[in-house]
Amino acid sequence: MIIAEQKPLDEIMGLLGSDERVLVVGCGTCVTVCFAGGAREAAIVAASVRMTSKLNSVPREVTDVTVQRQCEWEYLDEIKEQISDADIILSLGCGIGVQAIAERFPDKWVVPGLNTTFLGMPTEQGVWIERCAACGDCVLGITGGICPIARCSKSLLNGPCGGSEDGHCEINPDIDCAWQLIYDRLSRLGRLDALLELQPPKNWSTSRDGGPRKITRDDLRLAAEEE
Amino acid sequence: MSNATSSNGYLVGSNLEKVLKAGHFAVTGELGPPQSADGQEIRHKAAILKGNCDAVNITDNQTAIVRMSSIGAGTIVVQEGLEPIIQMTCRDRNRLAIQSDLLGAYALGMRNLLCLTGDHQSFGNHPTAKNVFDIDSLQLVKLVSDMRDSAVFASGEAFKGPEARFFVGAAAAPFADPTEFRPYRLAKKIAAGANFIQTQLVYDIPAFAVYMEKVRSMGLHEQAYILAGVGPLKSPGMARYMKNQVPGILVPDKVIDRMNRASAPWADIPKEELTTEDKKARSQAWKDEGIRICIDLINELKEIKGVAGVHIMAIEWEEAVQPIVEGAGLLPRPVVAT
Repeated sequence: MIIAEQKPLDEIMGLLGSDERVLVVGCGTCVTVCFAGGAREAAIVAASVRMTSKLNSVPREVTDVTVQRQCEWEYLDEIKEQISDADIILSLGCGIGVQAIAERFPDKWVVPGLNTTFLGMPTEQGVWIERCAACGDCVLGITGGICPIARCSKSLLNGPCGGSEDGHCEINPDIDCAWQLIYDRLSRLGRLDALLELQPPKNWSTSRDGGPRKITRDDLRLAAEEE
Repeated sequence: MSNATSSNGYLVGSNLEKVLKAGHFAVTGELGPPQSADGQEIRHKAAILKGNCDAVNITDNQTAIVRMSSIGAGTIVVQEGLEPIIQMTCRDRNRLAIQSDLLGAYALGMRNLLCLTGDHQSFGNHPTAKNVFDIDSLQLVKLVSDMRDSAVFASGEAFKGPEARFFVGAAAAPFADPTEFRPYRLAKKIAAGANFIQTQLVYDIPAFAVYMEKVRSMGLHEQAYILAGVGPLKSPGMARYMKNQVPGILVPDKVIDRMNRASAPWADIPKEELTTEDKKARSQAWKDEGIRICIDLINELKEIKGVAGVHIMAIEWEEAVQPIVEGAGLLPRPVVAT
């Protein structure tokens, strides 16, 4: 899922400027699961903004609402009246949610309350780790199900650099060396031969390097038209 | 070795290739470009190294700190009559920039290339920079070999004119984790086209001998020239730092003990009572011992089958190279006629 974390309150206050009526919009999907921008967090952020504004004698009316998915028009349409009543929208969705609001409500100013950080998963209560870089050309089939693009600091494709020590990456002991993990897993499964083959330069055009990406599924489009 | 040699029997005919092919125990050094636009410093360092090395590595923004470019500095080194080994990392350039820089490097007279992935930018002085890592060091080795042997670019398109021909080097980290994989990674680099290998610093001879035994059993020493990395220590603190802080470097306690013993005359003087002269003399004693240790290491490395030479990394201490090479009985450097 998409992992995000809240921006510092000071930054949020700066983004809100002097706009009076603030609508905090949470999202019920990924950012709810990672405790960054669900209904609970939206209420807390709304209360924090309210309190800080009061302390600073800034006139302000803050309400909050959470939609099931900020990244789909149909859910945003459910709150269009609340949006229209607000001077500014503070989105607690990921970057996609913020943009969905901006696109759906062209006359409304929207600011982000989160930093969208990565695609990952929780590994223990309160800890999330990046797992996928959405490169568009999955290599997990040759690396034993461990992604070196997302999880190696240098996105190496041909094995560990010289900075691997005791299973950690030299840039930060909190980071596992992805290639140590790959090596250990292939070793356990008796598939180390896979590491001996030279992997050619990656086709990055399927990644962000190929420009903003788009998928068009004609089968689904036609089906939608028929409905 | 690759069969794509010129009519004279050399892949490229650089001095380094000639010395290695003739079977001499090769010596390479290192010249770190300045954090400035001072070409004079390059000339100064080149003068110190000339005659003591067969070729010198010109580092490429080493440890991710911005310095004069390796090709820019290498051009001055060529002018000074010393042969450069251009280091090229994958951190700062994508495959387009790498290839165009290499065309320029060849046109400017550079003939040796060391292909590196590059230190992560978080270690350097621009830690917020974006990194590239479009290709990795193995893919770079292959790319440069294909340029020379097939006259094609990474795209597969043919050169429109003379190809860039480099004697291709790669690095090896014998003691980095996972250590069991290291000989295989070396094999992979050689299969990708590496002609010579320079290893990370070696202080632990028995551990390196074990690595070389595996390398020999795989026949790798017959497919590429392996130069063992050595470097003079400046102080016991530097030895401890390398042992504890730098991944992939083993420094045995006996080496640290030797460094400590060198400062025995000052060991009983309380720190605050050490005069500037004391500190100077102690530092000199450490440096002298560091050079002696380096010479001893080279002499032991010479005895390990499959070691074709040494790569001396005397970083910001180029003056140490001459006494080391001389002390190891490796002067004068051979001159190989065509």
